[in-house]
Amino acid sequence: MMNNVITVENLNFSFGKNQILKDISFQVEEGDYLGIVGPNGSGKTTLIKILLGLIGPYEGKIRFNDEIGNKNSIGYVPQGAIKRDRLFPATVEEIVATGLLSQKKGMKFYSKEDYRKVENILKKLGIYGLKNRKIGNLSGGQIQRALLARAMVSKPNILFLDEPTSALDPKIREDFYSILKEINREGVTIILISHDILSIKKYVNKILYLNREIIFYGPYDQFKNSKEIAQYFGITSRD
Amino acid sequence: MKEFLPLIMEALQQDFILRGIVVGSLIAISSSFLGIFLVLKKHSMIGDGLAHVSFATVAIALLLNKSPLIISIPLVILSSFLILKLDEKADIHGDAAIGLISSLAIAVGVLISSISKGFNVDLFSYLFGSILVISKMDLILSIILSIIVILIICIFYNSLFAITYDEEFANVLGINSKFINYLISTLTSITVVLGIRIVGTMLISSMIIFPTVTALQVSNSFNSTILISSIVSIISVIMGTFISYIFNLPTGATIVIINGMFFLLFFLIRKLKNNN
Repeated sequence: MMNNVITVENLNFSFGKNQILKDISFQVEEGDYLGIVGPNGSGKTTLIKILLGLIGPYEGKIRFNDEIGNKNSIGYVPQGAIKRDRLFPATVEEIVATGLLSQKKGMKFYSKEDYRKVENILKKLGIYGLKNRKIGNLSGGQIQRALLARAMVSKPNILFLDEPTSALDPKIREDFYSILKEINREGVTIILISHDILSIKKYVNKILYLNREIIFYGPYDQFKNSKEIAQYFGITSRD
Repeated sequence: MKEFLPLIMEALQQDFILRGIVVGSLIAISSSFLGIFLVLKKHSMIGDGLAHVSFATVAIALLLNKSPLIISIPLVILSSFLILKLDEKADIHGDAAIGLISSLAIAVGVLISSISKGFNVDLFSYLFGSILVISKMDLILSIILSIIVILIICIFYNSLFAITYDEEFANVLGINSKFINYLISTLTSITVVLGIRIVGTMLISSMIIFPTVTALQVSNSFNSTILISSIVSIISVIMGTFISYIFNLPTGATIVIINGMFFLLFFLIRKLKNNN
């Protein structure tokens, strides 16, 4: 019996009179690899920003399993992070270390142990050689790995990613998804937003198809045989 | 160079020169520590806006016959909060909010100086800076406040860094970005008020912007940017003070021009490095 990591019940969210999310209910189980898909403006980013506590207020209930999914054990790779100022004067090590700040109380200084954690995650993701390189001098794929390292350095139980591969070419994208799959196999629950179901279908075990309300939620194997997939690709049924 | 040595030695005998160098160097460090956060968050112009506000607050202090430092610091901090509030609540973009407050403040300063005859000479010294007017009290207050600014930045350094690189990610980490933004505004206000003694309200923002932008041309890391900008800024203050003494030039303007020359030099170094 799997534990629910996140339970969302009857979530509604509006900007003024514009309802962005309508009656959203679903559960994410421990070890899930959930792909959230939907067209532009469907509320995907809004949904995970609400889950991360970045925007509110909202109606409805969101529960995190305190043992598995408390706030200190969340990793996040935001949308558009790759396009940040290329002149920003920071090394990969400096950027990745910030991922440890959620675990710090009071004075947020790094210890030797923290720098060891940074080195370990860089080695694990195959970018240890980039430790002292300026982040702005890296390729898109290398920056995205560094940002994944920042999200993973605190050993989170849940990892949120918002369109992490949108600026990457297909080969680098595949490599990135393979790393995520490996992380998922190690027990980390992954919630991944993508506008392209074809590129994530072989990695995810569940799909949440969103268009301001839930159109489909369940295993990918069910989704590929459902009538909702036709709607996703804009195919209208004749009957 | 030989002919200038006796003049430099003579300058070192002058109390006001030593006071100017000590206060100027401390402001150089505070400005460099703050500058990196303001420049990278694209908030550089807040220094300029607050400097204009300090023109009005100095006029108020002179009108009331009080210490400009003591009157200006709380009023400039309040103005910086008002700029942040306008940005947050009134849907007025940051640059427009700075423009509104700073132009209003200049107008208040001009009005006060026009109706109050007698202190226009003093006010002029705050417009373009003058190390001659730095009193012992100013020196002590400047040392204490600069050390406080530098210490606070060191204490919050990692949170400041996280917010400057990626505010959204920092919020997910539980860092209170609103508090940090108000903290930066407070520290900038204090640094601006301290700096107007040396370089004046018209030029203080250059001490915040120039050394950081100069360091950004060659640095690879955040730490090295702060270190390089602090060194460049201190050298500019010391050289500017001596050159202004030797050639009888305004100190503030000389410091800013030396900062400008450093920028040009570092910019050329970067271009040469890129071409190779």
